[in-house]
Amino acid sequence: MTLSAESHFTQPLLKTPFHERARALSQTDSFIPWAGYTTVDVFTTVEQEYFAIRNATTLYDLTPMVKYRIVGRDALAFLNRLVTRDVGKLKPDRVAYCVWCNDLGRLIDDGTIFRLGESEYRICTAQRQLDWLLDSSIGFEVEVSEVTEQVAALALQGPTSCALLEDLGLAGVERLKLFEIGRFELNSRAVTVSRTGFTGDLGYELWMDPKDAEANWDALMTAGRSRGVRPIGSQALNIARIEAGFLSPNVDFVSADHTIRIGTDRSPLELGLGWLVDFNKGHFTGRRALLEEKRRGPLRQLVGLDIEGNKPAHNALLYANNSGKREIGNVSSAIWSPTCKRNIALAMVDAPYFKVGSTVWAEIYLSRELVWERRMSRAQVVERPFFAPERRRATPPGQF
Amino acid sequence: MSNRQFPSQYDCVVIGAGHNGLICAALLAQAGRSVLVLEAGAQVGGAAITREFAPGFRVSAGAHLLHLMPADLLRALKLESHGLQWAGQRLPTTALIAGAAALTLSHDAAVQGLSPADAAAFSVYRERMRRFAAAIAPIFSRIPPRLGTNAWPDRLSLLRMAWQIRKLGRSDMRELLRIGGMNVYDLLEENFDSAALKGALGFDAVLGANFGPRSPGTVLTLLYRLAAESAAGNTGLSQPKGGMGALCDALAKAAAAAGAVIRTGSAVDRILVEADRACGVLLDSGERIAAKQVISNADPKTTFLKLLGTADLDAGFVRRVGHIRSQGLAAKIHLALNRLPPFTAVPEAALRGRLLFAPSLSYIEHAYNHAKYGEFSASPTMEITVPSINDATLAPTGKHVLSAIVQYAPYALKQGWDNGRQHFLDTALDAIEALAPGLRGCIVAAEVVTPADMEKQFRGSGGHWHHGDLAFDQILMMRPVPGAAQYRTPLEGLFLCGAGCHPGGGVMGIAGRNAAEQVLRGEATS
Repeated sequence: MTLSAESHFTQPLLKTPFHERARALSQTDSFIPWAGYTTVDVFTTVEQEYFAIRNATTLYDLTPMVKYRIVGRDALAFLNRLVTRDVGKLKPDRVAYCVWCNDLGRLIDDGTIFRLGESEYRICTAQRQLDWLLDSSIGFEVEVSEVTEQVAALALQGPTSCALLEDLGLAGVERLKLFEIGRFELNSRAVTVSRTGFTGDLGYELWMDPKDAEANWDALMTAGRSRGVRPIGSQALNIARIEAGFLSPNVDFVSADHTIRIGTDRSPLELGLGWLVDFNKGHFTGRRALLEEKRRGPLRQLVGLDIEGNKPAHNALLYANNSGKREIGNVSSAIWSPTCKRNIALAMVDAPYFKVGSTVWAEIYLSRELVWERRMSRAQVVERPFFAPERRRATPPGQF
Repeated sequence: MSNRQFPSQYDCVVIGAGHNGLICAALLAQAGRSVLVLEAGAQVGGAAITREFAPGFRVSAGAHLLHLMPADLLRALKLESHGLQWAGQRLPTTALIAGAAALTLSHDAAVQGLSPADAAAFSVYRERMRRFAAAIAPIFSRIPPRLGTNAWPDRLSLLRMAWQIRKLGRSDMRELLRIGGMNVYDLLEENFDSAALKGALGFDAVLGANFGPRSPGTVLTLLYRLAAESAAGNTGLSQPKGGMGALCDALAKAAAAAGAVIRTGSAVDRILVEADRACGVLLDSGERIAAKQVISNADPKTTFLKLLGTADLDAGFVRRVGHIRSQGLAAKIHLALNRLPPFTAVPEAALRGRLLFAPSLSYIEHAYNHAKYGEFSASPTMEITVPSINDATLAPTGKHVLSAIVQYAPYALKQGWDNGRQHFLDTALDAIEALAPGLRGCIVAAEVVTPADMEKQFRGSGGHWHHGDLAFDQILMMRPVPGAAQYRTPLEGLFLCGAGCHPGGGVMGIAGRNAAEQVLRGEATS
């Protein structure tokens, strides 16, 4: 682990290498803390930023994503014991979405694993994990170090993102497949590009030396004018990720390391991430508990809801019928989806109501100029994601 | 389980022929299982061996007195018919004071040499502590309940524990709950005036532990020791003829008579895993031995972190195992003497038993202060025996052996044991010399066994003779760690049977017996 000798503890929040650029473009001065950094919540308006994700291209500063470098003889064995997925199937220059659990099979966090070389990996995650990674490394010949501050990162997401990178001379970027990593030069500055993102749309994530951060931002903003580029904050991204059906930590689940109440932690099976759990790859932390849970069958599951009406069901309690007597779950993320034109939500629902096609009832509270109304709205359990355009996977993605 | 690679030869393989391993093996063999015991050392016994440390002089390498092994277990294994003889039984304990008359606590009678007030207080105290010990004792022979389950056997087991305490009656129960969390210093200060009595009673609370008398939880450790004695039937201090090794030789014979095969000089390199269950062991020699169950008498850290390896365990469990406090603080000193040690004002009857040097609670506490900072005690506290008085086989005719447990001697000595060894011996000899002037002149040979030596010689991580401190957070269902406290481990087919499990070490043997019960119970339910 590298410990910087900076005096950052004298200030409440760190600034990312893109901060000055973001500050200059912010019209609302709306900044929020994220993993120890100050980051933009909204630049202009949420609507403008959201529609840029779905119709043009957007820049989002994801430098605060916590990054760990994993190297050493046992790097693969260590990762396979850490996460539920079979990392052995991950080829060089590929990325895999993974989750990891505690001994009881309860989710600690999710993140992406980048295989950057034969035995060099990087874990990207929203929350700090060094303690758990070091504990997990006992008995393995592996070196775990935090590199968050050594790598600046920008998400370039939207239909015109590929075209913009081609405009900038990243030859061959259009051949990158979903979850593939490529190495390019942007005005003679090395940049690593992965076809990954949190929007469920066509998009890329750019990983670079922090000293190149501002020059790259400027290049993307300048060249992107004809591609409708726009910087975005976390609020617009949140709408896009709910449409894509992605989970957000501390919104849709709380890390088992942070829960203190019994029954509030979640397993990957409950979160609908059973497809990430490979029971046949050998032992991993939580495997025995998850096998037992699988045998027993999940007690609850995270599902997508399509709710009648147009009022987002923020934090709504869910009931078995509209009498509102039998509580069977609650909503964790809810929005009116501007692209799907549906009132959608992610919700944790008890058995057996989590089956696709089930009907549940959401108790929605509406403020009519501070006069509150309660509404019971019929909701249908539906497949996720709510929005999955072909361009997300298409290679080459095409010009938009 | 698939056995395509090699045929299963044994139902059970026991790693380590310490007393617990041998007892476990004997009981499993008696129950009709085919059992193989693998011992890395040249002789059976683990740390409970007798060995020659100077030509003609033999001594128990670890514990030198037996007082915790249940009488019914000794009978069940017919150890006396397998050659176990007693050199001494119901031996007294004597508190030594430099240059003064000692205080003797005989097995049954009251203490000699106390003021009337202390004598009266002692008899009340002793009876009360015995009642408490008797209330706690039944839990020793039971498999501890699991925490955090809703299963009825676990709940019942917890209720049974609570009922044992409740059964004491209101007054005793209140007193037990009052003193249970106290330190032994405060408890003894409440009761007695005599510094020597307090020192001697307090010594038992910290013997072999990483505690001083003022450490929190030391009343519990004292009660725990008394409860262990109670669970053993309060048979008092005994000395097997031929030293502790003779006990293990008898245990080995009992195991062999029941059909167990014992191989010495066979160090296990790894526990083998197939399809998420233990399926045998790999020896240093490269030999593979298949087994339906692998039962480890090695300490938990060695078992999980070295023999099994972390890859087949969950990370949180590995963290817990890594955090077991298992660094020993007790050293042993063995002296070969050309005559009886010249202890001042100690009658011969007392010399046959256990001699304590813990003249006051403050003395012990000061001795402990050094250990907290990685130093050995400048003025150590000691348990001394002269086993050759009761057992002439241990030394040439007319000569003697002195065996002393010396506290505190931290495993991780700041200056390193290579540098500190001679100084440590000199310090201990100074302390004994003060009690037995002229002792130095009688010494033919001397041996120091530090916790670091114990780690090497007996392959126990940290050189702790209990395989881990006996303390509030490391007993019962927390011993050695939750998830392995019922002798089962997270890995199907792998069991623990050593001192690192409930109820701990001290040549007790209950862990081995409980483990055998669990192995057999597991077969019945699976």
